Amino acid sequence: MAKPIRSGSDAMKRDFLLFIGFSVLVMLAPQYFRGGYMMNVLVFVGINTMLAIALNLLLGYAGQISLGHAGFFGLGAYLSGIMTTTFSLNPWLAMPLAAVAVGSLAFLIGFPVLKLKGHYLAMATLGLGIIFFIIFNETYEWTGGPSGLSGIPYLELGGISFNSDVKSYYLIWGFTLAVMLFALNLASSRVGRALRAVHDSEVAAQVLGVNARLLKVQIFALSALLSSIAGSLYAHTMTFISPTSFGFNFSIELLTMVVIGGLGSIYGSFLGAALLTLLPEILRGANDYDIIIYGGLLMVMVMYMPGGLVRGIPALFRKLAGRKGGVDHA
Amino acid sequence: MLRLKNINTYYGKVHALKNISLHLGEGEIVTLIGANGAGKTTILNTISGVTPAAAGEIMFCKEVVTALAPDKVVQRGISQVPEGRQVFKPLSVEDNLQLGAYLRYRSREGKAAIYKDMEKVFTLFPRLEERRKQLAGTMSGGEQQMLAIGRALMANPKMLLLDEPSMGLAPLVVQEIFRVLERLRQENGTTILLVEQNAKAALKLADRGYVLETGKVILEGPADELLENAEVKRAYLGKDKKEMWER
Repeated sequence: MAKPIRSGSDAMKRDFLLFIGFSVLVMLAPQYFRGGYMMNVLVFVGINTMLAIALNLLLGYAGQISLGHAGFFGLGAYLSGIMTTTFSLNPWLAMPLAAVAVGSLAFLIGFPVLKLKGHYLAMATLGLGIIFFIIFNETYEWTGGPSGLSGIPYLELGGISFNSDVKSYYLIWGFTLAVMLFALNLASSRVGRALRAVHDSEVAAQVLGVNARLLKVQIFALSALLSSIAGSLYAHTMTFISPTSFGFNFSIELLTMVVIGGLGSIYGSFLGAALLTLLPEILRGANDYDIIIYGGLLMVMVMYMPGGLVRGIPALFRKLAGRKGGVDHA
Repeated sequence: MLRLKNINTYYGKVHALKNISLHLGEGEIVTLIGANGAGKTTILNTISGVTPAAAGEIMFCKEVVTALAPDKVVQRGISQVPEGRQVFKPLSVEDNLQLGAYLRYRSREGKAAIYKDMEKVFTLFPRLEERRKQLAGTMSGGEQQMLAIGRALMANPKMLLLDEPSMGLAPLVVQEIFRVLERLRQENGTTILLVEQNAKAALKLADRGYVLETGKVILEGPADELLENAEVKRAYLGKDKKEMWER
C-alpha cells in the first residue's frame, strides 16, 4: 500500500529516453549515408513511417481497418499541389488547409462508414480509396489526370529552400519525429486507453462512459489528417505527383507495414515502414527474383513473428541468447 | 432512486421487455432472477442506454434518463458490470481501472481523486493490487470479475448494475464477491441492482427481488419471502423438490 500508484512515470521516462535516442540516430544518419540515392530512400522511409503511424492509430489501437488510406494520402498531396500551382498559394499555408479539409471530410465520411465492422468496413474503405483514385485520374483540369501534376514548389523556410536530398531528409524527418512524439503521447494517454478498450469490447467501453462511436470517427479523421500532411510533404519534396502513387496497391502496402512492424506499436510502424521501403532497394541485385524473395520473406515473418518485428526481434535475440529468463509480456 | 415505468424494448422484431416496471430505493440491493432469455440482461442494458427502450420511462434521482446515450448514463452515476466480465484482456489491471474513470479525467476533481479511488478498490480487492501490472487476460475468472467490479467503481457511481457476477466461478469466490457487495452498500451506501442465475445466493444477499419470465415481471417481493415461495423454489432454487412432492 505504501508504494505510489502513479507508476506510469517509470515507463514514461524510459519511453522518453528511447525517443531521444531514436531522434539523435535520425539526426546523425546523414553523416553515415552519404549520397543522394540513399538520402532519397530514407526520405521515403520517413513519409511511410508517418503514414504507417497514422494507420496504426486506427488499426492497431482502435481496431478499425482501412483499405483506403492511400486515398487520404493522395488527397493531401493533390490539394497541396493544386493550391500551390493553380492558385499560387504559399505551401506552408496549403499544407494545413489541405490537412483540415481532408480531416473534416474523413470526419463526415466516418459517421456512416464506421458503423460497419470487420469485412464490411474493409469493403467500404476499399471502395472509398478506389473512388479517390478515380477522382485523381478523371478530374484532369485540376489534377492533370494520369499524366500527373508537375511544377509543385519546394517548401521554404527563412530563405532556405528544401530542394536538396539532405535538406528534404531533415524536413521530412522533422515532421516524422513530431508525428511520432504526438502518437506516443496519444497512445499512453486516457484517449489511447479508450481506443484499446473500444478495440477489445465496444459494449464494455460504452458502459464505462466511452462514446465509442464518436471516438472511432475522431480517430479516423485524425488518421486521415496525418496522412494528408504526409501527402503534402510528399508533393512538396517530389514536386511531381501522379495517381499511381495513391492507388489500391499502396493502401495494401501501408497495411502490410503496420502488420509486419507490429500492431499497436509506434516504433513498430517505423520498423515496418523501414523494412518495406528498404527491402525492394536491397533486393534490386537479385534481378527478377526480387519479388519472390520479397514475398517469401513477408510470409516467413508473418508466420514466425505474428506480433510484428517490434516484438519478434527481441524474442529472437532472447532465443539466441540461450532460452533462459522468464516470460516477457511485450 | 431508480424507477422504471412500463418499459418496452425490442431487438428488431423481438419484443424483449414487456411493460417492465420496477423501482429501487437508495442503498437498496435488489435482484432480478429468471431463466435464460427472460430479459434480465436487457433490463440492465436498457437502463445503461446500450439497447434503448422503445416505450416507457426511466427515472434516476428525479431525472428522466430514458433516451440518454451510455456515456451520459455513466455521468449521471449508473455503472454497469457487464455480463461475462468483459475486462480488456490485452490491457493491464491498472489500465482497466483507469478506463473506469474515463469520464472523470476531464472533470475538476483531478487525477489525485482518481488515484485515491484506485486505492479504495485495492482495499476491497487486495488481489488486484498484487497484480497491478499484469495483463487482465492472464488472470483467473474470479480475479477478472473483481477487476470488472473495481473498474465500474472507478466511475464513482451512485448505483451499480451487476450482470451475473457469479457466472462460472467457484462458490468460495462467489462468496467473497458477494461480501464485497454487502460492504459497498454499508460503507458507501451504493445502491445495487443484481442480475443472477444463482438465485439462492442472490436472494440471500438482496433486500428485494423480482422474478422475470419471457420479458415480464411475474413476481416481486422481499427477498426472504421469495426464498420461501413455492413457485420460486420449484423453478429457480431446485431445492427440496422431493419434499414438496411428498407434501
